[in-house]
Amino acid sequence: MVAKTVNQRAWFLVLPVLFIVALNAIIPLMTVVNYSIQDTFSPGVFFFEGTKWYQEVLSSSRFHSALGRQFLFTAIILAIEIPLGVAVALAMPRTGPWVSVCLVLMALPLLIPWNVVGAMWNIFALPDIGLLGYGLNWLGFDYNYTQQPVAAWFTVVLMDVWHWTSLVVLLAYAGLSSIPDAYYQAAKIDGAGRFAVFRYIQLPKMKRVLIIALLLRFMDSFMIYTEPFVLTGGGPGNSTTFLSIDLVKAAIGEFNLGIAAAMSILYFLMTLLVCWVFYTLMMRGEDET
Amino acid sequence: MLEMINVSKRVGNELHIDNVSLKFERGSLNVLLGPTLAGKTSLMRLMAGLDRPSSGDIQVDGKSVLGMQVRHRNVAMVYQQFINYPGFSVYDNIASPMRLAGVDTAKLDKRVREAADLLRLTEYLDRMPLQLSGGQQQRTAIARALVKQADLVLLDEPLANLDYKLREELRVELPKIFAQTGAILLYATTEPHEALLLGGQSATLHQGKVTQFGKTIDVYNNPQSLTTAQTFSDPPFNTVALTKQGGELRFGNANVANIPQKINALNDGDYTAAVRPHHLSLAPSEKHSVAVQAEVGTSEITGSETFVHVNANGNRWVVLTHGVHRVNPGEQITLYVDPASLYLFDHQQSLVHAPEQYAQG
Amino acid sequence: MAKIKLNQLAHSYYPNPGSDEDYALKSMDYDWDDGGAYALLGPSGCGKTTLLNIISGLLQPSKGRIEFDDVDVTQRTPEERNIAQVFQFPVIYDTMTVAQNLAFPLHNRGVEAQEVERRVADMLETLELSAKADRRAQGLTADEKQKISLGRGLVRYDVNAILFDEPLTVIDPQMKWQLRTKLKELHQRFKHTMIYVTHDQTEALTFADKVVVMFEGEVVQIGTPEELFERPSHTFVGYFIGSPGMNILPCAIDGAAAIVDGHRIPLGFHYNPPAKAKLELGVRPEFVRFAKNTEYGVPVSIERVDDVGRHRIAKVHLGQHSINVLLAEGEPVPSYNIAVVCDPIRSGVYANDHRIEGQALKEASAW
Repeated sequence: MVAKTVNQRAWFLVLPVLFIVALNAIIPLMTVVNYSIQDTFSPGVFFFEGTKWYQEVLSSSRFHSALGRQFLFTAIILAIEIPLGVAVALAMPRTGPWVSVCLVLMALPLLIPWNVVGAMWNIFALPDIGLLGYGLNWLGFDYNYTQQPVAAWFTVVLMDVWHWTSLVVLLAYAGLSSIPDAYYQAAKIDGAGRFAVFRYIQLPKMKRVLIIALLLRFMDSFMIYTEPFVLTGGGPGNSTTFLSIDLVKAAIGEFNLGIAAAMSILYFLMTLLVCWVFYTLMMRGEDET
Repeated sequence: MLEMINVSKRVGNELHIDNVSLKFERGSLNVLLGPTLAGKTSLMRLMAGLDRPSSGDIQVDGKSVLGMQVRHRNVAMVYQQFINYPGFSVYDNIASPMRLAGVDTAKLDKRVREAADLLRLTEYLDRMPLQLSGGQQQRTAIARALVKQADLVLLDEPLANLDYKLREELRVELPKIFAQTGAILLYATTEPHEALLLGGQSATLHQGKVTQFGKTIDVYNNPQSLTTAQTFSDPPFNTVALTKQGGELRFGNANVANIPQKINALNDGDYTAAVRPHHLSLAPSEKHSVAVQAEVGTSEITGSETFVHVNANGNRWVVLTHGVHRVNPGEQITLYVDPASLYLFDHQQSLVHAPEQYAQG
Repeated sequence: MAKIKLNQLAHSYYPNPGSDEDYALKSMDYDWDDGGAYALLGPSGCGKTTLLNIISGLLQPSKGRIEFDDVDVTQRTPEERNIAQVFQFPVIYDTMTVAQNLAFPLHNRGVEAQEVERRVADMLETLELSAKADRRAQGLTADEKQKISLGRGLVRYDVNAILFDEPLTVIDPQMKWQLRTKLKELHQRFKHTMIYVTHDQTEALTFADKVVVMFEGEVVQIGTPEELFERPSHTFVGYFIGSPGMNILPCAIDGAAAIVDGHRIPLGFHYNPPAKAKLELGVRPEFVRFAKNTEYGVPVSIERVDDVGRHRIAKVHLGQHSINVLLAEGEPVPSYNIAVVCDPIRSGVYANDHRIEGQALKEASAW
C-alpha cells in the first residue's frame, strides 16, 4: 500500500499547467468580469454598477448590428468552407506521388500569419494595382472594396475561404483515408452510385472529423479579428465591423471599459453556448454503439 | 506465484471482471478460454498492471503489486495484432527490451541471437518488420517477449491472425520456448481445440466470471456447469431437457430404461442432459442403445469425418461421425445415444453426473 | 447463377512480368460448374485472394480471359458481372437500419418499392434477423453483421455468383458453426455458385463440394473433401489438409513396399517410381495405428501423447523421422512391443512431391 503514493505524485506534474492556465485565462477573465460590473473614472477608483453595462450593451443597436454581421459572416464561411473542403478532399488522389504534393499545397495557406494574409489581400484586391481588383474591373465588374460594402464582404469572405478551407480539406482527407477498401468494393458490388457512396459510406465515416472541423471553423470565424482589421479596418462605414472589431473599438478607441468588458463576457458566453449546442447536437446518436 | 484475490473491474456501469480469484504457479502454462468479450483481455490487462482493479487484490509471491507500475513489474505481452517497432530491424526489435533495461552489449547480442535461433528468425535479423510475413512478424514479437525474461508472459490470442497451419506449428513451439524461462505463461484463446492442444491448465471465462479453473483436460472432461461445458466444446454440446422418474429417463417421446447406476442414484426430477457430438452414432451398437428420431438439416463432410446437423425433438444437435456419410436435408434419420456418455446438469445448471470414464478419483 | 470458366488466366502485380516468379497467379484453365460450392484453400500469399478478386472484377488479370456462362466478362466491372461478395471484416452501412441495408442493393438497381419490401422481409426471415429489422446495423454483433453482408447479395435473386473472402475470421467458434450451417442451407436452397476463400481447412472442407488447393500461385489439386483427404495428389495437400497433416517420410521403394530408415512398410500397390526422383511415403495419422500384441509393425519410440478431447495424438519416432498417430478416445497406448502399422491401401507414394500410381496387387491386404 506504500507504493500507492507513487501514483499520486503525478498530480504535482499537472501543477505547472494549472498555473499557466490560471495566468493565461482565468485571471484575465476575472479582471474582465470585474470591469464589467463596475465603473471607473481614475485608476483605483471603482463604483459598483451591477448589470448596467450588460443592459446597455444588450439594448444597443450598434451591438445588435455587429452581432448580426458576425453571425452572417460565420454562416457564410461555414456554408462555403465545409462543403468545399469536403469536395476538395474527395477530389484529392488517395495514393501515389501526388498525395504529398497536394498535402503540402493544402498546408501552405495555414502557415501564413494572419496579419500577413490581411496585408496580402489588401494589396491583391486593390482596384488600381491589385491583381484581383484590377482583373475584376477589367472584366467589367465595378469593384472597389474600400468603398462598396458588398465588395468588402466579398473580399473578406474570399480571403477567409482561401486561408482556412485547407484546414477542412486536411481533416476530411484524414477521415477519408481511414475507410477500408472493402467498403468501396462492397458498395460497387451493391451497385451504389457515386452519390450513394458519399452519402452512406464517406459521410458517416467522416462525421467525427467534420464535427471537429466545424467547431474549429466556427470558433475561429466567430472570433475573427486580424484579417478584416488589416484588410478593411471594419469599413467602409461599419459594413465589416464584426463583434471583435467593435469590441476593440469600444475598449481602445473609445475607452469604454465597462461596455467593452460586458461585451467580452457576452461574446465569450455566446461562443461557448453555440459550441456546446453544436457538439451535443452532432454527437447525438454516436452513443448508440 | 501470481494470485488474483476477488478481483473485479467495473467500467462505467459495466462489470468487465466479476469477482475473479485465480492462482498461477511459476513455470505453469495457463489458458484463458472464452468467447470474445468474455473478459480475457481485461483480465490480462489487470495482471499486467495496465488497469487497476475496482476491488480485490493482485499479489506476487504473497505481496500486493497493485501500486507497482507496469514497467517495474517485468511483464511481457504479445497481442493478436503483430506489434513491432516499424522503424527498427528485427534485431533491434528483439533487443529493445534489453536496451531499455541497460543490458551490456555482449550479453544482449548473445540473447538476441539465441532467441532468433529458437524462433527461426536468424536469417531475417537485418530486415524490417514490414518486409516479413505475418508469421515472422509475430515470431519477432514473441522473441521480444522471450528475451525480456519476464516473470509473467501474457499471450492474447497470439495466433489468431495467422494461417491455420502456421498456427499448428507455433502452438506446439510456444509452450516449449517459454517453459525453459520459468515464467508464468498465460494464453488467451476463443478456441476450445487450441486449449486442448496447449494442455496445461485452463480457466473458462463467461461474462467476466471464471466459471472453472483446473487441468485443461479435466475441465474439458468434467465441466462443473453447463456454461463451462458450452464454452469448452467445439462443435457445440448437444443438450436436451429430460425428466428422471424411477429408473427411467424421459425426453420428448423417448424413454430410456436401461440407465447407468450412477444416474439411477440421482433424485427424480428435471435435468438437462448434454452429450458430445462424437458420442452420438448413426448406427446402433451395444453401447449406442438409445434411439432418437431426428430430421437432417445440413451435413458437412471433411473427408475424414461427417458433421450431421439435425433437429431432434426441437433441439439443434450435431452428430460427428468417422468417415463419409451422405444424408439429405429433410431426411428422417435415427441417432443412437450411448447413455454412459451423458452429462447431467440440475436446474441450476450444475454438473450432477459425468460419464463414468472421466470420473475423477 | 453461372458457370465460371478461367481461360489461360494469369496475373502479376508487376507491370512487365518476366519470369514465372513474377506471377502471383500462374496460368490456369478451369471450368467451375453452375451452382457449385467451391473453396479456394491455401496459405497466405498463395494467390487465392488474387484469384477471387479477378473473378469478382475488382482486379483485371494480366493475361487470359474469364467467362461467365460462355460470355467473356474480363473487362466488366463487379457491378456488370452481377456478383455478390462478403469480405473478411463485415461491411455494413452504419447509418442504415438492418432492413435498409438489405434494401440498398435493390434500391440502387431501381427495383420497385413493393418488391423490395417483399424480398427484404423474406431475407430477414431467412437470416433470422426479423426481430432486429429496424435496429441500426452499427450496434450488431460481428456474426449478425456478416449475415447482413451476405443478405445484401442474396436479396438480388439473380446474382451470378457469391464470393466469400475469409468471412468467418472475426467470428467466435460457437457462432462459426451456426453461420457455416446457415451458409450451407442457403446454398442448398438458392443454388448459387459460391466461391469461398480461406486458409482454414475445416471451413473449406465443410463448406465446399469441391476444394481448390492453391500453393505459390498454382492450383495443386481440385477435388472433393474425400479425395483430398484420401488421395492427396501433392505432398503439400497432404500436409495442408488434415490436422495434424499427413506424415511424409523419405523412403525407397521396393515393388510393393516402402523402405523407411531400413524398415519395410508393406503397400497396397506395386510401384515403379521414376529413377533419381525424391521418393516419399505419405500416410495420414488417421491411417497409422499401434500394432496389436504380436502383430508385425515398424518399431518406434513414443515421444509424447496429447489428449485433445475426442482423440489423442501420439508423436512417435522412427529413427530420425517423427510420425503422428491418431488414437481414438479410450484406445490404449501400448507399453511394450511398441510398433506401428500403416494402412497399405491408404498409404501413398510421392515422387518429387507428386503422387504416383501403382498397379493393384492380386490380393490387396487389409490392415
